[in-house]
Formats: sequence, structure tokens, C-alpha cells
Amino acid sequence: MIKSKNKLGLVFFPAFDWAISRTHPEREERLLYTQDQIFEEGIGDIEGIKSYNPIIAEEKDIERVHFCVPDVKSRVTESHLISAGGAIRAFQAVMDKEVDKSFALVRPPGHHAQRVVYGDRGFCIVNIEAIMLERIRQQYGPLRIAIIDSDCHHGDGTQDIYWNDRDTLFISFHQDGRTLYPGTGSVDEFGGPGAYGYNINVPLPPGTGEEGFLYTLNNVVMPILDDYKPDIVINSAGQDNHYSDPITNMNFTAQGYAKLNDILDPDIAVLEGGYSIEGALPYINLGIILAMAGLDYSHVKEPDYDKDRLKQPDAITEYIKQECEKIYNLWKEKDDLRLKKYKNMSHVERSRRIYYDTDGILESQTQKFTICKKCSGVDTITSRSDIGYSIFAITIPRDACSDCIDEGHRMYKDVPPATYTNVYLQDKANDVYKSK
Amino acid sequence: MIVGLDMGGTHIDAAIIEDGKILKTVKQPTNRNNLFESIRGTLNVLLEDCDKSKIERINLSTTVSTNAIVEDKTSPVGIIIQSGPGLNNKFLACGDKNIFISGYVDHRGKMVKDLNLTEIQDGVKSFKEKNIQHCAVITKFSTRNPSHEIKINDIISKDFSHVTMGHTLSGKLNFPRRVFTSYLNSAVYDTFRDFALYIKRSLEKEGINAPIFILKADGGTMNLDASEKKPVETILSGPAASFMGINAMLNTDKDAVLLDVGGTTTDIFFLVDGVPLFEPLGIKIGPYNTLVRAIYSVSIGLGGDSSIDIEDKNIKIGPKREGVPYAFGGPKPTPTDAMIVLGRIGEGDEKRAYEAMKMLSEQLGLSVEKTAKAVLKTMALIVKNKVDELLQEINSKPVYTIKELLYGKKVEPSLINIIGGPADVLAPILEKEFNLPCYYPQNYDVANAIGAALAKTTTEINMIADTSQQTLSVPELGIYEKISGKYTLENARKRATELLRESAISLGAEKDTIETEIVEENSFNMVRGFYTSGKNIRIKAQIKPGLIQELRGEVND
Repeated sequence: MIKSKNKLGLVFFPAFDWAISRTHPEREERLLYTQDQIFEEGIGDIEGIKSYNPIIAEEKDIERVHFCVPDVKSRVTESHLISAGGAIRAFQAVMDKEVDKSFALVRPPGHHAQRVVYGDRGFCIVNIEAIMLERIRQQYGPLRIAIIDSDCHHGDGTQDIYWNDRDTLFISFHQDGRTLYPGTGSVDEFGGPGAYGYNINVPLPPGTGEEGFLYTLNNVVMPILDDYKPDIVINSAGQDNHYSDPITNMNFTAQGYAKLNDILDPDIAVLEGGYSIEGALPYINLGIILAMAGLDYSHVKEPDYDKDRLKQPDAITEYIKQECEKIYNLWKEKDDLRLKKYKNMSHVERSRRIYYDTDGILESQTQKFTICKKCSGVDTITSRSDIGYSIFAITIPRDACSDCIDEGHRMYKDVPPATYTNVYLQDKANDVYKSK
Repeated sequence: MIVGLDMGGTHIDAAIIEDGKILKTVKQPTNRNNLFESIRGTLNVLLEDCDKSKIERINLSTTVSTNAIVEDKTSPVGIIIQSGPGLNNKFLACGDKNIFISGYVDHRGKMVKDLNLTEIQDGVKSFKEKNIQHCAVITKFSTRNPSHEIKINDIISKDFSHVTMGHTLSGKLNFPRRVFTSYLNSAVYDTFRDFALYIKRSLEKEGINAPIFILKADGGTMNLDASEKKPVETILSGPAASFMGINAMLNTDKDAVLLDVGGTTTDIFFLVDGVPLFEPLGIKIGPYNTLVRAIYSVSIGLGGDSSIDIEDKNIKIGPKREGVPYAFGGPKPTPTDAMIVLGRIGEGDEKRAYEAMKMLSEQLGLSVEKTAKAVLKTMALIVKNKVDELLQEINSKPVYTIKELLYGKKVEPSLINIIGGPADVLAPILEKEFNLPCYYPQNYDVANAIGAALAKTTTEINMIADTSQQTLSVPELGIYEKISGKYTLENARKRATELLRESAISLGAEKDTIETEIVEENSFNMVRGFYTSGKNIRIKAQIKPGLIQELRGEVND
């Protein structure tokens, strides 16, 4: 019998009875072949790999992260509560030291879900990693976290949620937003005034292969993690950088994903996107499981794997080298850059239009961040959408000073009636969530 | 008349049953040096004055395969493994000579890379050099497409006395288990064949020509011919015999805990709505995880003869047995001594039993009687804690649908059935600790023979129908047939039931007693590009263990 080097918790929940729609990529069949591969390999018999069922996330877990419009019940289904609950269970197993690491192979994914939720965007309604992380922080106390998003699409939801949180470093490397949904994720999206430099994007050109991904990992991600020294590293493990993925244009491989997890050595991995369900997912997921368990993954290869065909063109290699150097330098200079950018400012505003591709909803929102010397500062969102609703949402950050806490509650109380259809207060410092 | 026989490590028990009534039982010591002869001898004693022409069937539970494996007296096996991409395959080398070959079939059963025949010819040569007679061929995903296994078998079968093909043993996915199970099947092939031949001849000599069935670890039987092809299915059938015996004596359709308390160990089983709970994939024997379907059973080191120590003023019972109870001249106090002191057992030296309890009572600062009671309470608590722990595990087994996660069946026993020497003494104590009714039967000491006698034929199939490839497969039956692109779940269900019935009949089941059951069914919409390309239908069907006849007898509670 095989014994794993690391004790690995596995939450494998394929939700075989749930789909966005019958022919949608996010359908019952998505993890069927992954399950076949995991079963046939006998992963469950490996000593040191332990399976867990998801728990079911609660409404409050969602409210800690999102402003669901009009409310959680109208937007979130059981499948989302279970997917988020699966991630929570995986993290709990690590925090309770039942295992060394965990992999939550759950669906639906979540990294496109932003703070305000009118509906489904990029197959995501709620951000399962953020829900997981905030629940863990409430349960186990403050944690310094790094989220490394290796999905091919920019993790714009996770970026939005942790935009102003310097205790949560977010690094996303993805296919350049100029060539792929959701379009965001450029280098200059560098974080809010309270966390400038703690949101790092590495847009990669279409055609990037093993070489480019691992170069980025070794030359941007790992050095930044060495500097940041997180308590926990989370891999937002999207698998659509694969050369066979039907909706992206990259050339990553199962071996590459396994190596990535070997080098990154995350404490938690959570499945995100990835829709090459037959040709890629079974092998990538197996590769990630073996890498996280500290087992030999060198024999995990796709049936049609062809190293020469997947070789990355030199021009791409050169381009990535330059980008990586630029980005690491920005990280090094982030404090100076922040002082320069926000000098003498009391608040920062940003206005955006957000498109919900899955549900066809258009949202316009303005976020306003207060710059506070003592904490990350209270912030507000005003938002309206083309399905109706006009909302005002106040967030008091976890590290809020007493002035900012008071300010947040005062704003909630003083909102003139009938100005908005819905008003929300997220008091993360006291774990209190209100709406009216 | 039905004859049942269960061969245990120390005793062979046998029984004759007619119309639900136990006509005769015998118990004989097992001669470990001659297992075949032990069986023949026991049958002789059992059948000496009965009308042999009235015997309808003979059900045997035998340890010949188990013993051969445990005592390492199996035939050398040459193994050909095609492992394709995945885990490092070194740990699969369980044979006396292991050949790893190239080629690969993927999870859908698509041929990715063909065989290299030279590798196989080299393998055959190396087996012959080692004078190996038995082979096993296992390819990854052979349950999805067995063509490589079949092709290799065609090439090599003429050179060896037996070749086991992995896909024939189980339709479940688990390549390492398929390798180990195939290895074991070939390793015990000759041992079991010799046994079968011997039994057939001895019964013929006695003028008995009733069909012979062999008990399996899943609590069911198969006929002797079928078991010769899959001897690995005969391993570890002993606990299944006891289980079926308890079930025959104390029939229920509820969730229940079943306990078999012996001298050294206590075996724990569960019933779910009256049906045995199975191991999810298969039983483990020695170091090998297998795909042999088996009743879930956990053995703990706790019995009437377990030695008792006091640690930090706490009573510790087992897991070791260091001899007979103190009252019988043994070295250590045991639960049996406690039972003697409390007047619940009329055997053994009462004075020594009292001495044994006194030794403990001095360390505990209790009276001798209270100590004896505390010992039995501790015994019940050990069982309870273990049962709770197992239930927790069982009820958190992985599920894969939202429906199962939210509304799935949880095992919640509402009663306890117990057999074994101390059953009557322990029953009221367990009843109190579990807060559940606890029942025990009269003739517990022959439960295993009765269980063996009354076990029905069982079997299981795993079917996949893939309407885009237009194939239907049931690996364990060797069935790979064409279906139409319009095949439905309903069609598949019907076909599964049909095939299951045929399989049961070939294993010896009587046509009008077959109860089929669909255990799992799924139908996945397969989409390629933006269009539905077909359905992937998966069905697991079984004939669950059951009793040939209801037993007519009394029950104590």
C-alpha cells in the first residue's frame, strides 16, 4: 500500500445532480471523468488521504462576503452553499490539524463573484474561497493569507473582495484580459488605498505553456510569497489554462499543474474553472492530488500529451520575462508608490460597469474608500442594475478602528429613507450584518 | 433438506435444516494440517443417519483459500500489468514475477496506445524461466474496455494452467485492487480446485449428488463450478456465515447492530433496513485491498477471555488474550471470571474467579461484586464506543449528489442482536448502555453453520451504457454489446435486471427466488461542443443476501 508524505484532506463533491443548464459547461458531467480517474487510481486507498463531505455554508457566511440583492435567499441555491461548505470543510481540516493540506474539488466555482451579487457571472454566484476564508477567520482568528489564482480567467471577484485588504494578498496569473473574459486583470489593478500593492495581476499572452507559467511562479509568485510570509497559501485552482480547454487559448499541462502545486506548496487548493472535462480535468486533478500529497506525479500525463507541439514560442518566453521583472519591481516599490498615489487624500473613488455574462445583467457601481491612518478604513458601494434595484452598501473592515466602526453604523442609520431600494451594513469587525 | 457447514480456525460447525427447522447440528475440531479431511469427517458425522437422497443442497463456508493466503502457501503467479499514465506503478508488483507493459486505454474506454507484443512474449519467457504456471493480466480501465486483457489472454493462455483477467472479477473502478484481487485469484486457483475436486469426489462416494454451494464474504453463495473460476470470492466467508446466522435467528427489517462476542474478539456488523451493510469496495486480506464484495465487519480485541489490567484506577480489557480465564487456571483476570463471580456462568473454579476479581478490586478500591459489575459495564462501554465511532465513519462516507448530502440515509440502529458465549450476560448491560433493546438467540453456538446453510445465491453487476459510443458494458459478465443512440435509463434498468437474473441463475440461484435490486443509477447528459452528444448511464444492480428459508425458533430478549 502507498502512504502519502503529506496528509491530504480531499473534499470531492461533483454535485452530480446540479447544472446551470443542460448543455452548460457547468453541468452534472463536469467531474464525472475526474471521479473515474480518481477511483481507478485507488486514491481513496492511499494511507494519508482522507475524504470529507462538504458541510453546508450558512446565510451569515455569505453575508460576511457579499451584498446579495435583494437578499441571500433570492440569489444563492443549495448547490452554492454546499460548494462553499466543501471549501470550508477542507480548510477546517487543515486548521484542526486533521491533515496537513486540503483540496476541495467542488463545483460550482466562485472566483468571478464580486462583493455585490445581482446574479451569475462567469458561472459564479458567490465566491466560495472568500466565504471559506472569512468563516475560518471568524472561527480561528486573524490570519495572513495569500490567494494564488491559477485559473485562466482573471479572478476579478476575489480581487474585488480583497481589493482593500492587506492581510489577504491576491495574485492572479491568467490569459491577458484583452483576449479573454472578463477583460480585467491588468498589472495596474494594484489594490485599494489600504492595500496598495497587495493585489497583483500577471496577464499572460495566449499560447503560454509550461515554461511561461512556471517562470511566472518562480520569478513573481514565489519571491513575493517569500517577502509576504503568509500563514496560509490558497491555490484558486482553475484548470482552464490547459491546452485542450475549449474556451481559452493557453498551453498548460497536467504535469505543469502538478509541478505548480509542488513548488507553490499550497495549504488549501479549491477547484475553480476548467471545462476540458475528458481530456484535461481527470489528469490535472490527479496531478494536483499527488503533488499535494507529496507523491510521485511524474507519470501523470494526458493521453495526447506532446511536448514538442506544446513548446512555448521564444517571443512569448521573452515577453513573460520582461513582465515578471516589471511586476516584481512594482511589488518591491509598493510602499513608495502608495504614498505618492494617495498623498493628502481622504478618500478614493472608483466607478465601474460590471457585466453578468451568465445572467445577462448590467450593473453600474461606485466604490468609495475612506483613507484612515489607523485602519483599512470604512468603504461604501452605491450600485444599480438593469434588473432594478438601487443599493447602498457599507463595509466596516475586520481591522476597523473605533472611529470607523462608529462611522459605518452612523452611515447605515442616516441613509435617507427611499433613496435606495436596499441598504446594507457589513460590520466585519463585530461580525454583524444588517440590511433594510 | 439443506446442509450447512462452516469451517473456522478451531472448529467446524455443521447443521441440517428442513422447512426452517434445525434437525441436527455437530461441532468438530478443525485439523489444520488436513482441512479437506476435516470437512469430510464433519459431514460424515452430520449425515450418518440421515436419508442422503433428501439433501437438496450443501452450502459450505471454507477457509481453504483464506488459509493458503494467510499462511503463504499459494502458487507462484506471473503478473502482466498495463498501468498507463497515473500513479507510480511500483507498488503493484505483488506477483512472483511482474511485467509492466506499454499501451493504454482511457477512462472512456478509448484505445490510446496499442500493445507491444514483444513485451508480452518477453514476459511469457521470464515466467517460464521461473517455472510459473499461473498468471494474471490487468490493464488500467479494463472494465471500460477489456480488449488488451483479452488479447493478452489469447496469446498466453495456452502456455499456462490458468490466467485471470482483471475485468472478469469486478466491474468497479480501482486498478490497484483489481491487480491484487487478480493476483490472489490466480494464487489460490490450484488450492481451491483441489478442494473442489476432493469435495465432489467424497460426496459422490457417499452417494450424495446434491448441488454444492460455496459461501462468499458478502453473505451469499455461488455454485462450486463458479467458485472454481473465481476462488478469490471464497475468502473470509467466516464472519459472513455468523452474520447470516444471527440474521436467520433474529430476523429484522430495521437498522441494527449485530455483535458476535467470542473468547478473543468481538465482531461488529450492521444492518440497514434489515439488509447487511457492505464494505464500499471490497474486503482486505493480509496486506491486500481487494474488490471481493463483503459484508462490512470490524473485529475488536475484546472477548470473554480478554485479559484485564488496571491502569490509573481504570479497568482495561484486552485487546490481548493471554490464556484461558483465571477460573480455568489462566494467568489473568478476564470478563469470564467476572461472570462466574456474579453467578452468571456455572462453570470454572469459583474460588479462583473470586481471587481474580479480588486482585482487581484491591486496586480499584471497590468490593469484589462491584468490581465484577464494573468489568462487564466496561466491556459494554468498549463495544458502545467502537460502535459509535464506526457509525460516525459510516454516516460520513463520501456522497456525490446534493440529494444524498441533504437527505441521504443515515444508519441509526434501533436494536442490537448479539450472539456468542457471553451474549445472555451482556445483553441487559448493553441494553442499558446503548439505550436500545438487545436480543440474543438460543442456539448461538451453531449460528455460523445455520447462516451458511440458509444463505442464498448473491451477485452484483456494474453496467455502463454510453449512447454516444453506442456501447453497453458489464465487465464482470464479459458483456460488451452494441446499443442504439436512443437507449434510455429505462432500457438500461431493464437490461441490467435481465443480465443480473441470468448471472444469478448461472451461479445456481433458483429462478423463482431471485430478487433483483437496482442499487445505484445515474444518467449523465454528455455535451461535446455545444450539443448533447449522448447519455452516459451507470447502473449498479445486485441480488442482496437473504435466507433460503425463515428459521422457526425462539428468541430471547
